[in-house]
Amino acid sequence: MRAGRWILVGLAALAGGAPTPAGGQDGPGGPPVVVASKPFGESFLLAEMFAQLLEARGLRVDRRPGLGATEIAFAALRRGAIDVYPEYTGTGLLAILHQRPDPDPAAVYRRVSAEFLARYGVRWLPPLGFQNTYAIAVRRATADSLGLRTLSDLARAGPRLRAGLTADFIGRDDGLPGLARAYGLRFREVRALLPAVKYQALAAGGVDVIDGYSTDGLILKYDLTVLRDDRSFFPPYEAAAVVAPGLARRQPEAVAALTELSGRLSDAAMRALNRRVEVDGEPIPRVAAAALAALGLTTHAGAEAAAGRGLSAGPPVRDGLMAYLWAERRTLAALTARHLLLVAVSLAAAILVAVPLGLALERLKRGAEGVIRGVGVLQTIPGIALLAFMLPLLGIGVVPALVALFLYSLYPILRNTYTGVRTAAPDAVAAALALGMTPRQILRHVRLPLAAPLVMAGIRTAAVIDVGTATLAAFIGAGGLGEPIASGLALNDTRMILSGALPAALLALAVDALLGAGERLLKAGG
Amino acid sequence: MTAPPDGIALAARSVSKQFGNLTALDAVSLEVRRGECVALIGESGSGKTTLLRCFNRLTDPDAGLVLVDGTDVGRMDPVALRRRVGYVPQESGLLPHWRVQRNAALVPWLRGAPDAEAQGERALALVGLDPAAIGPRWPRDLSGGQRQRVAVARALAGQPDIVLLDEPFGALDAITRADLQGTVIELRRRLGFTALLVTHDLAEAFLLADRVGVMHSGRLEQVASPDELRRSPATGYVRTLLARARVAQ
Repeated sequence: MRAGRWILVGLAALAGGAPTPAGGQDGPGGPPVVVASKPFGESFLLAEMFAQLLEARGLRVDRRPGLGATEIAFAALRRGAIDVYPEYTGTGLLAILHQRPDPDPAAVYRRVSAEFLARYGVRWLPPLGFQNTYAIAVRRATADSLGLRTLSDLARAGPRLRAGLTADFIGRDDGLPGLARAYGLRFREVRALLPAVKYQALAAGGVDVIDGYSTDGLILKYDLTVLRDDRSFFPPYEAAAVVAPGLARRQPEAVAALTELSGRLSDAAMRALNRRVEVDGEPIPRVAAAALAALGLTTHAGAEAAAGRGLSAGPPVRDGLMAYLWAERRTLAALTARHLLLVAVSLAAAILVAVPLGLALERLKRGAEGVIRGVGVLQTIPGIALLAFMLPLLGIGVVPALVALFLYSLYPILRNTYTGVRTAAPDAVAAALALGMTPRQILRHVRLPLAAPLVMAGIRTAAVIDVGTATLAAFIGAGGLGEPIASGLALNDTRMILSGALPAALLALAVDALLGAGERLLKAGG
Repeated sequence: MTAPPDGIALAARSVSKQFGNLTALDAVSLEVRRGECVALIGESGSGKTTLLRCFNRLTDPDAGLVLVDGTDVGRMDPVALRRRVGYVPQESGLLPHWRVQRNAALVPWLRGAPDAEAQGERALALVGLDPAAIGPRWPRDLSGGQRQRVAVARALAGQPDIVLLDEPFGALDAITRADLQGTVIELRRRLGFTALLVTHDLAEAFLLADRVGVMHSGRLEQVASPDELRRSPATGYVRTLLARARVAQ
């Protein structure tokens, strides 16, 4: 009961302590507009441009960058958990509406804007002006030696080549399956690669073919050859802002502000902006501010102010890791505190459930293994998938993150509690029974104290797993040290990844040491 | 009913127990007189431990009647019964996270006696252990013989009239076993409690018991004093058992 109250206190602290300038109360200009992105560089950049533009028009903004992927971002938008994020018409057509591709950009835009409004109440604002379609890329040397210029050429050479594709692309109908049908394409081998590593894998010769986006800055950096889609398989992917059902009603001025960007970004301009972010490593807020100023949408002074906020506006040349960590210390401290709270609250809840459940199962005996295995199955659900399942129920943010972490913490604690009370000194348990202890007394005075070290070990295991898993919280906008990890992965920025990963590792060690000390204290006391 | 009920501490009447296909007890009847020590002997699986466990309801028989001090144990609260009847298991079964003094005081503590600790200490002294020296130690710091002595003290701390001993010295070396056997003989002489002893050692049975019951395949083949058993074994099984144990001569 007392612990339950602490969980509430923890939740309240989490809700109040968001590192983003969210704020609970509605200030002038209505509630903040929640601007989100998917976890890759261009999406981050466009979302930041949306955010700065809204701020320049006097609206308050809550930034939720790097939401899981299409399913998570779109589900969040449908529910109104976020107000706007950048999406691509082709993705809307194929991945969300599950309709057949169409080569005509205008037709695709008309179709998605009509269908989204009818089905979900979601609006597509007029396109931003550039397309970012899939780009199948090879090393220039490969292209030259095999004479590859088009995807038809690739179909010829495919059986000799190894492909490294993002999991998204391998599964989507407008990805590998459709491409293979359209061109009769087969590869010697297909490997699933994270977006963050595929360019390096290609450059290093680990794979021969990758899927990229046509506006990726890294295509320029690694001097890759993009193969022409000579049969027009890929549908048009025009970028546009998609807007939640409620925003137009609530804050039409926000929709008006976002529309100012429509038609203003060309392919070349977007590729150059992406290059500044992905290759040169410039901070996203600064690139976004400069882009808006160049378009005449904000004043230069406003851009300077915007650039000063968020990521620190250091020189574009990359500093060393330590200097970076020092410069980001305030942000990192806030993220670490958030991370710790996520872990503490979910772990406390898991202890409150798993320990009594383990004890109850020991009494039950029959069926206990089944229940424990069932809980164990939860452990095998990938974090992102679990978050995606829960999204329709719990939305994004802190609550679903806590529920996911809670579910992941159950198994080690439950298993160890059950095994601990089960296997505790059978001779002593038998004698205690024979001399007249009641089952309850045996549990309380014999099994539980003897199982305590195993139970504690389970809690420590769960805590360390929790600290690691909590990095996933970033994908549903719950903050924590996963934020710089997700951004760093998307931007191919090792320094940024480490700025989240190192504190997370230290946190895991610290939490384990703390619980270890608690365990010794407990032992000394008992 | 040959003896008056007040003279019988433990009685089993046509007790049967089945574990799956295995017949552990097949209509066994036995009486243990007040102050008497009866040893049950037999191979593993002969049913001797099952019979002993019927007397503190660690096992409930399928058929038949089990009486303790003339009362049907089926009508008694098992927890209350167990707190009344002393019990010594083969492996001491001391609680590893309790100090010796707390282990010894277990039954008085369970009964809610205000002087439980003192009763435990008296019991330790009774079995020849110095409460001041041994009491504060942990079970793991004792030798096997000392642990078993503490187990005997624990069984006696509540001053029971009846003590059940389930192969209490089976795991000990010969010298330690002889020591403890001597202690039990001495304690019985001083305290006069009724004892039911399960053992696979015929020499131990003959040494400690007034009467010996030979069990075989769930049946009680013969119950008699050691002399009578030597003189006139009732069945072929008893004869072979005696011959094998070389105590017949």
